[in-house]
Amino acid sequence: MSLEKILRDRKNNKKILLMTHIVLGYPSFEVNREVIAGMVENGVDCIEMQIPFSEPMADGPVILKANQDSLALGTSVEQCLEFGREMAEQYDIPFLYMTYYNIVYKYGEKAFFEASAAAGIKGLIIPDLPPEMSPDFFGYAKEYRIAPILIFTPTSTDERMAALNNHGSGFIYCVARRGVTGAQSEFDDGFSRYLKRCRKATGLPLAVGFGIRDRKDIEALIGKADMAVIGSETIRLVDSKGARAVGPYLADLLATN
Amino acid sequence: MNKQGFFGNWGGSYIPEILNRTFERLREEYDRARNDPAFWQDYTNLMSTYSCRPTPLTFAENLTNHFGGAKIYIKREDLNHTGAHKANNVMGQGLLVKRMGKKRVIAETGAGQHGMATATMAAKFGFECTIYMGEVDVLRQRPNVFWMEKMGAEVVPVKDGNRTLKDAINEAFRDWVSHVDSTHYVFGTACGPAPFPEMVSWFQSIIGREATEQILAMHGRPPARVYGCVGGGSNAMGIFQGFLGNEETELVGVEAGGRGLDSGLHAARLSGTDASPGVAQGYKTMFLQNDDGQMLETHSVAAGLDYVGVSPILADLWERKKVRFESATDGEVIEALDLTMKLEGIIPALESAHGFVQAFKEAGDLSSDDAIIINQSGRGDKDIFTIADAFDDPSWKEFIIERAEQYKTNS
Repeated sequence: MSLEKILRDRKNNKKILLMTHIVLGYPSFEVNREVIAGMVENGVDCIEMQIPFSEPMADGPVILKANQDSLALGTSVEQCLEFGREMAEQYDIPFLYMTYYNIVYKYGEKAFFEASAAAGIKGLIIPDLPPEMSPDFFGYAKEYRIAPILIFTPTSTDERMAALNNHGSGFIYCVARRGVTGAQSEFDDGFSRYLKRCRKATGLPLAVGFGIRDRKDIEALIGKADMAVIGSETIRLVDSKGARAVGPYLADLLATN
Repeated sequence: MNKQGFFGNWGGSYIPEILNRTFERLREEYDRARNDPAFWQDYTNLMSTYSCRPTPLTFAENLTNHFGGAKIYIKREDLNHTGAHKANNVMGQGLLVKRMGKKRVIAETGAGQHGMATATMAAKFGFECTIYMGEVDVLRQRPNVFWMEKMGAEVVPVKDGNRTLKDAINEAFRDWVSHVDSTHYVFGTACGPAPFPEMVSWFQSIIGREATEQILAMHGRPPARVYGCVGGGSNAMGIFQGFLGNEETELVGVEAGGRGLDSGLHAARLSGTDASPGVAQGYKTMFLQNDDGQMLETHSVAAGLDYVGVSPILADLWERKKVRFESATDGEVIEALDLTMKLEGIIPALESAHGFVQAFKEAGDLSSDDAIIINQSGRGDKDIFTIADAFDDPSWKEFIIERAEQYKTNS
């Protein structure tokens, strides 16, 4: 089933979906397993697994450090692909890879799609690959039925959103604000107008991320977006309170759902 | 450059979506400036009144006699204001920033020369200025940090990754995506997403334009070879553009051989065999990376050459065999520097000294009717701490210890 269809089905009996993020191999694959188990148990709808890269230019300090620490521990792309396969097999929710283009490019675009499809991965988020930079990538995405997730931002013009929409599938990732991952966002009137523009530009489900931390943030998105994305916050939580803290935190986030 | 910003197989613009509009505007403004003859006129006026352009071409008579071959000429970019070719690019971008109406500039810096030039430009044009610099480079280029701060710039030491140039670039990009509306990122070299490689090379082409005329006036015909050190590649692109397509002249780019190409401790992307095609920091080029695509640590005695990638324009010229690439080791660099100081009274930057090394290796093989040009991209006095260490200079050490004691007693 396509990622879009899976998400739409899940949305039928929920006010809003939740996607969470982990950095593979940080602090260890063992902890990744524990964290993902907690996420799935508590009703997370979709998980993006970041394959670490040495130059994560779009990530803020928390995820940057997680990338570097994971690589310092020796995390390889092969291990990440294997871990993805294990998760997709074990749990009945869609898993995505998030990484930077060089990881895919160096592995070989076709080979990477082949490996991701074999692992049961439903989508790819590559923040430094604008569609015009690799027609091949988007061709393979169709061939292997893996959704290339494209990104709208508050600086995107209506024309740009329309152009991106032509290449994306699965859902559109709407970045809530300027900046990198992990800083606080303001969900004000300007933000609502921006989400309306996003909605107008695409028929795909809208996921909103960057700076979402608590139940209040999620409630503010109900009716405006289809899915909320929690990124740096769960990493902060695992860093400060351990893997077990993730379940209760997510349960509280989704209490109104 | 084609429409997507590629030079052959290299270049492009692999940027986060948040920067899309900013790059569109930058491309528009750059195209307008390029098509406006008055812009280049303003630029050269500025460079001849605020900096020291045209910079001289110096005939190095003693070095020529020493090697007994080709006549050695040195293009003196060290005599630019702020002491390096970096000023050319920065002042050009400063004029663009004024046209775009932005009020804040940011920059990365390795050796500190680009940061220094940017801080200078910001002071002159009245922009706010933040400079990102790897913590390792902050330590080895302390005098430049001092001057940047004195000119009103904020210098932010970057503590991630290898804490050198590429990490400073990542951090500058992070700042830029957070402040796209107010801020221009003054990229320091002919790398990064389009249009930076071409735009920076355009501003630097002033070096080659002058050198072409100067060598004709002094030598009567084009040089046999032109040497330039290659970190990101902006000074080499600058001088090479004066001679590209000229069959008589061979262009030679010299990379950091560090402790030797077999040691793994170098920054040889095009002259060695350790690099492979990749995409990072917004562009496609030959990167020093492992099989997974993770960037490797690089090493050079010269902070400005210590970088994992290289200009996509140079990667294209390398692939089409229009430029030959060589490398110089840290040790060879210090020897060439020593000789140049003793024989000519000229102090090249450690970066520039890489070009001197290769020129010295080859000068003797050429005829005395031939001329060669070495691009001296910057002056070496900024490297006083590193050079003093390399020479293990006893009187300098004594001085530093005494000065430290004085500070301790007075505080």
